[in-house]
Amino acid sequence: MNIENLIQISETEWEIPTYTRSDMRVPVKLFATREMLEQVINDKCLDQAINATTLPGLVGHVIVMPDMHQGYGFPIGGVAATEYPHGVISSGAIGYDINCGVRLLGSSIDFESARGEMDHLATLLNKYCPSGVGKEGAIKLNLKELDQVLRDGSRWALKNGYATEADLARTEESGSLEGADPNKVSDRAKERGREQIGSVGAGNHFIEVDVVDQIFNEEGANVMGVYQGCLVLQIHCGSRGLGHQVCTDYVQSFQNAVHKYDITLPDRELVCAPMDSPEGKAYMAAMRAAANFAFANRQLLAHSARRAFEETFAPQTRKWHLHQVYDIAHNMGKLETHLIAGKEVKVCVHRKGATRAFGPGSPGLPPEYQKIGQPVIIPGSMGTASWVLVGTEDSMTRSFGSSCHGAGRVMSRSQAKKEVEGHSLRRELENKGIKVRAGSLPGLAEEAPSAYKDVDMVVETVSDAGIAKKVARLKPVAVIKG
Amino acid sequence: MGFEELSHTADWSARIWAEDLPSLFVEAARAMNSLSGTVAGNGPRLTQSFGAEAPDAESLLVAFLSELLYFQEQKDLTFDKFELRVAGQWLKVEMEGTQIASSEKAIKAVTYHNLRIEKTNEGFEVTIVFDV
Repeated sequence: MNIENLIQISETEWEIPTYTRSDMRVPVKLFATREMLEQVINDKCLDQAINATTLPGLVGHVIVMPDMHQGYGFPIGGVAATEYPHGVISSGAIGYDINCGVRLLGSSIDFESARGEMDHLATLLNKYCPSGVGKEGAIKLNLKELDQVLRDGSRWALKNGYATEADLARTEESGSLEGADPNKVSDRAKERGREQIGSVGAGNHFIEVDVVDQIFNEEGANVMGVYQGCLVLQIHCGSRGLGHQVCTDYVQSFQNAVHKYDITLPDRELVCAPMDSPEGKAYMAAMRAAANFAFANRQLLAHSARRAFEETFAPQTRKWHLHQVYDIAHNMGKLETHLIAGKEVKVCVHRKGATRAFGPGSPGLPPEYQKIGQPVIIPGSMGTASWVLVGTEDSMTRSFGSSCHGAGRVMSRSQAKKEVEGHSLRRELENKGIKVRAGSLPGLAEEAPSAYKDVDMVVETVSDAGIAKKVARLKPVAVIKG
Repeated sequence: MGFEELSHTADWSARIWAEDLPSLFVEAARAMNSLSGTVAGNGPRLTQSFGAEAPDAESLLVAFLSELLYFQEQKDLTFDKFELRVAGQWLKVEMEGTQIASSEKAIKAVTYHNLRIEKTNEGFEVTIVFDV
């Protein structure tokens, strides 16, 4: 792929037209600057975006966000909408970590007065929020309880004292997707999930304490309870082994479904089935169950994080509480209604490494966010900033109500391993005043800030493109990684 | 018979080659263990059987490696000796291993991304992308 083959629409919007390859059903729309495209042109993400345009039933464009990079099958940063009910749902286009997402909790704890407690806080967060390879979670569920989690998500957490009504109101879909069916989740997936609920996992997942560094939108920040100079907490994780197994099971079974429905695809990882087929319905129900597990997982971790904050700060201040700002998914398939060519169309929006970013007045937002739009949380890369944005009216019409999901990798893991040494990186971060708790130093090295794009540039791009608006910039002060 | 890690922006990728199909599967298991930095302990040896039916050799390979991931994550077990038969759409494996002493990184899944077992002059070759 060559940049000169793309059609430039504006400084931040490009198109790959359908005549680029004969099997494309729709064009690709890229939100990126020229500089960002140059960074990824040798990565395979643009080819993967073209492959994604071959999914049956697509409407509009396949959209790719500025944090785009090579994934497997579908590009990271990709969004694709298929018409309901005859269009397809693709398990590979949602990914193995179903409902991987981010939760942001705000506080009124002033960082300067809390600075001396950060080491202790990091230790407690590390103790109460298990992370790392295959780590067991905070609680162990029996199979009946697990089925309740799969059906009810965060509502299960509320019933069992791990959540508040306010937490659920400020969670995408209130933390509970309708239509989840535990019977469509395999016994093996359940076995993997039963002991892992309430755990972070490994890879790029983390818990991070940040300080609010800059406010760009006073009204938005006040409504969210994000205050200049105060601490906030991010939780980034997903559905753990349960979600990985659900995707593995259905990618396997869809290998037969594509033959049955005579679907030809350029990559077997993109396998799919019509939404109204028995296979498509079964996956949708299982995917929703895994998504509910992920919502409940982040809710349990929030509960554990609150315990760490209480033990650290309650002896000194009455204002130690962590309130929910928002919880959003960035790997999910959702049935939504969007305006396409002037007509309201019900579609399944596949987001893979892309965040829902609904604008003001959109359905499903709590009353306080109806005016400002849905909070969009963009985690950075340990040593760098993270961002809080809001969705816009433009995102609704131009990107199926979606925005970017993070900084996006730019360096391969093998290269990061060669260039970065875990001990040195930890020292470097500690020298910047960031407390680090890491289970695996080689794992930490692969997630080095230098392996990621400049998150500020990614955010400027979505902001300039008009598909999200800046609210606040966050600076990390403690990172817990598996 | 061997493997090499290939560059991939977000995940892990390995090219694996071997003189026959069973050896290719075994080498793929070795590659996966190496990428995740899994070290076997000195505990008692144990055996495990596994069988799968799938439409093609690629699907059997994914099923085999996914089974090993399951044992790694869920049972803390790693396997290093295999007796493996691949016949058409069937795979039968007898494997021997032990408890894991340590594991540096986690693999979420074995993907089908551009997965194609190729016949070469020397035997077989495949490139696998692992989701991490």
